[in-house]
Amino acid sequence: MLSLSLKNINFLHLASNSAATKRKTLLATSLLLALSACGHDDDKTIETPTPPTAPAEYSYSVTLTNLTYAQPLSPLGVVLHADTKMWTVGQASSVALEKLAEGGDNTDFIADTAALASNSGDGVVLPGTASTIEVSTTDRNATFFTAATMLVNTNDAFSGLTGIDISTMAINDSTSWNLAVFDAGTEANTEMMGSIPGPADGGVGFDAIRDDVDFVAYHSGVVSQDDGLSSSVLTQAHRFDNPAIKITITRIK
Amino acid sequence: MKTITRNITTLLSVSAIAFTSSAAMAQDLSITITNLTQGLHFTPVITAAHTSDNHMFMIGTAATAELQAMAEGGDISGLASILTNADANISENPAGGLLAPGMSTSYTLSNDAANTHLSMTTMVLPSNDGFVGLDSWKIPTEAGTYTIMLNAYDAGTEANNELVNGGGAPGVLGIPAAPGGDSGSNGTGVTDTESNTMIHIHRGSLGDDMSDGGNSDLNNSIHRWLNPVAKLTVTIQ
Repeated sequence: MLSLSLKNINFLHLASNSAATKRKTLLATSLLLALSACGHDDDKTIETPTPPTAPAEYSYSVTLTNLTYAQPLSPLGVVLHADTKMWTVGQASSVALEKLAEGGDNTDFIADTAALASNSGDGVVLPGTASTIEVSTTDRNATFFTAATMLVNTNDAFSGLTGIDISTMAINDSTSWNLAVFDAGTEANTEMMGSIPGPADGGVGFDAIRDDVDFVAYHSGVVSQDDGLSSSVLTQAHRFDNPAIKITITRIK
Repeated sequence: MKTITRNITTLLSVSAIAFTSSAAMAQDLSITITNLTQGLHFTPVITAAHTSDNHMFMIGTAATAELQAMAEGGDISGLASILTNADANISENPAGGLLAPGMSTSYTLSNDAANTHLSMTTMVLPSNDGFVGLDSWKIPTEAGTYTIMLNAYDAGTEANNELVNGGGAPGVLGIPAAPGGDSGSNGTGVTDTESNTMIHIHRGSLGDDMSDGGNSDLNNSIHRWLNPVAKLTVTIQ
């Protein structure tokens, strides 16, 4: 805007060499025009200042229900983000997801660089129980939702959903999903003693070594010692089927 | 101004005609099938848009010889032939062979106006006569992306002995192959009877933890599954 005005002034200055008065008038007029144009922009900004009120808050309550017989669930990790997925069938798990799926630790998962807002459940969700947490944001781009939890009596099973568009949810709108179980693909399903962090074993959680197919897919279920895997520390009680969890999201603000 | 109004009216009436008649017009479907498992392969996929009274398979009924050939050996030529004779629109083998665990394949299918329903089948390997299927899904007339989770069925045509012996021809007992190279051998056989000869939801494979011997040649940590085993995404333009 400014450079354009100056260019015009130079042009006028060079072109009008017949009468000095006329030139001066033209110069003054164009300067005035340029100034008033700038002034107009400034006025506009001043006339419509940013409202001093707080930006709109988007709050959601997320309820995790454990539908299994004997698979406690690790604290639910909830993330609000822009349009992305935090895992994809056929693709390798992130290390953060591996930590969640092998050890139930969602610390890194909810601190993902994509996260615009996040929260974690404050404890294990036992079979037959439910737990609700809230997540809030003022970020208008936080219109997608991810939630994940580990089935702790497994090597690397987790359940949840990712990249769900919640942009059209109005206050008090609620949506539920009955969800299947994924296998992070980062740890072989040996079910061996020392390899499962849950109460069935009390073994190791996260291990950086990847000794499985190294892609996320649906879980084939645990086998257990009672159903033909002699080296398994799990029993018939730890078997599960789909769906294993239910997640409900409600917009509360 | 009058001209503009008239043009708008014309445009509106044209689009109204297009919209109301879309149900009876050909559609373009973009389809993606994803193998959701970590240890099972799918044989060449066959997908068809067909009339509402046709089926590739129906739960609770006996498999046709053509479905049996697909479910026991992955041979889709018979199904393709009967679907062609029924004026169906067909897509065969979009993955160009096996669809490996965790993998997806995408393809397009344009259906004729009369072919209002969509079906799909593919054999599960390794299994005796397990297949993934979609039976006669009414193709929506509204544009959009639709996701359908698919289960594994048992054709009811072969006993699930779980022995990998190359037996892929219809009526030959055994599993044609375990493409992952992760099966065992010298199993004694899980069962030699198939008392439910109607198409049903597959009860899953048993497998065992012995690479040599045991009941089954399948590995119980790799070759079992829980439903759903596949995801079909259909985008209608």
